Amino acid sequence: MPRRDLWQRYRKNRAAVLGLGVFGAVAATAILGPLFYRRDPWAFATRPFLWPGSRPEFPLGSDAMGRDVLAGVIHGAWVSLLIGLTATAASVGIGMTIGAFAGYFRGWADDALMRFTEVFQTIPNFIFVIVLVAIFKPSIRTIVLAIAIVSWPPIARLVRAEFLTLRQREFVQACIVLGMSESRIIWRQILPNCLAPVIVLGSIMVATAILVEAGLAFLGLGDPNVVSWGKMIGDGRGSLRTAWYLSAIPGMAILLTVLSLNLVGEGLNDAFNSRLDRR
Amino acid sequence: MRLQLGRFLVRRLAQAVLTVVCIAILNFLLLHLAPGDVADVLAGEAGAADARYVAELREKFGLDQSIAVQLGRYLWSIGRLDLGQSLRYQMPVFRLILQRLSPTLLLMVASLATAFVGGLVLGVTASRRARSMVDNVISVLALLAYATPLFWLGLMLIVLLTLKLGLLPAGGMYTIGATQTPVAHALDVLRHLILPATTLALFYMATYTRLMRASMLEVLGSDFVRTAHAKGLSEWRVLYGHALRNAILPMVTLLGVQVGSLLGGAVVVEVVFAWPGLGRLAFEAIFQRDINLLLGILLLSSCLVIVVNLAVDLLYTRLDPRIVLD
Repeated sequence: MPRRDLWQRYRKNRAAVLGLGVFGAVAATAILGPLFYRRDPWAFATRPFLWPGSRPEFPLGSDAMGRDVLAGVIHGAWVSLLIGLTATAASVGIGMTIGAFAGYFRGWADDALMRFTEVFQTIPNFIFVIVLVAIFKPSIRTIVLAIAIVSWPPIARLVRAEFLTLRQREFVQACIVLGMSESRIIWRQILPNCLAPVIVLGSIMVATAILVEAGLAFLGLGDPNVVSWGKMIGDGRGSLRTAWYLSAIPGMAILLTVLSLNLVGEGLNDAFNSRLDRR
Repeated sequence: MRLQLGRFLVRRLAQAVLTVVCIAILNFLLLHLAPGDVADVLAGEAGAADARYVAELREKFGLDQSIAVQLGRYLWSIGRLDLGQSLRYQMPVFRLILQRLSPTLLLMVASLATAFVGGLVLGVTASRRARSMVDNVISVLALLAYATPLFWLGLMLIVLLTLKLGLLPAGGMYTIGATQTPVAHALDVLRHLILPATTLALFYMATYTRLMRASMLEVLGSDFVRTAHAKGLSEWRVLYGHALRNAILPMVTLLGVQVGSLLGGAVVVEVVFAWPGLGRLAFEAIFQRDINLLLGILLLSSCLVIVVNLAVDLLYTRLDPRIVLD
């Protein structure tokens, strides 16, 4: 696929370009932030309840224990992106495998796998994540796995539908006639052709995963060893009356990140689909 | 027709039962995969579990028996609506959940109704003048609402409406200690309901608005709408009398899809507003490490999703007689 073409079409959606910029800024904060802003988010650095802007060394103020809010926000960016991206990668992996098998082999394999998918779609996602994390103890790894376990069904259904149609196309028939092995046809021939919608759905799933992680941390089910945005909001809740900025600031960070990812997803959708329109 | 409906119901019920059994098996697997044996998971983590209770649990699950026998026992007890004891509350999980169900249902119905009506009106308004100023403002607001964490929105509404303006109560379901007439009591609950219901509704209102706008734009381009215009009907009649009826079907579908996510959203909203429902119960269960109670909530909330989806399917056939139950 010509990359420059794709970018040309993506660029037409100005909101999507803005979203990409914001997401780039969040990613840069997560990766480069700790290198330039070295204050430890756990350290008791100053007097408590410093309002944002009141002291230049602490641009976003300090919390109830005198910890630097900006350091926490930077650290939280890293945690959110790490969990959002790895959980989505894992659930895309699960969903693609199940969808590919169901769509390629059809018949009873399809029936069984789709029943299985329906069961997972019936269980309320967030409550399922809570139960998983509570049973297996909160840590980055269990949170990522729990989010992956609940969020693969839409990917599986999407990939299955793509496989059902692509399997009938001439190039796949040609591969079968050529005697290509089934696993090669599945992974090397059909799968690359259904990546576009998977990427669009994936970008929105990253946003959802970030929201789920924030919700978990807010409920006290975050990894106890990391500072995340949801945990900061939960911690700030106790002093809502006097220091509402403690909850407001990390919430704005979540809002911006999730919004930017949704815009990127929409832009990618437009860019990929206009390619289909022209064909 | 009636015969067809009967057969449809029987088949869907059979499917529903199968799904519930699958989820129960999943619960069982979770208990076994967790570190420690089942009795440890269910009791040990609650801290103060006494030895007799643990022994009782081991006896009940038959931990010395094969896995298949254990699974059979587990399913049998769930079939009799016995979801075990909650350690913290010292009462059956099933009864506990039933007690807490109605506040959650009230919250969910209020939010869904708000989201549905709000999304409908906003979506229709936006579609009427596509790409106008009004449309753009509505679309941006929907995008923002779609990206906002529910619990954060709730906290910010408390800051603004309760702490700064003093308009609405920040939490709970009714004023404690007040003796009231039934009417005053209902009004009191309503006042407490406004904030949590609005918080939970905004996200869904955003999705309904976007869907309604897209769906209306499609319908507004069709021939029968042009005919309605041509025969001189008012704008209002065309929009709400003709186009809306045809654009509303996808909204009903979304209703069924979203019940599960709505239940999840209710958890954080109930925690923020101290609303005494299922979500708040789940939150307490997390802290008491009351795994049995958590698993019970998971199972019964899944059942709720199944029931609502069945209802949506039936409603669907009423809205569009062309749809054949299958």
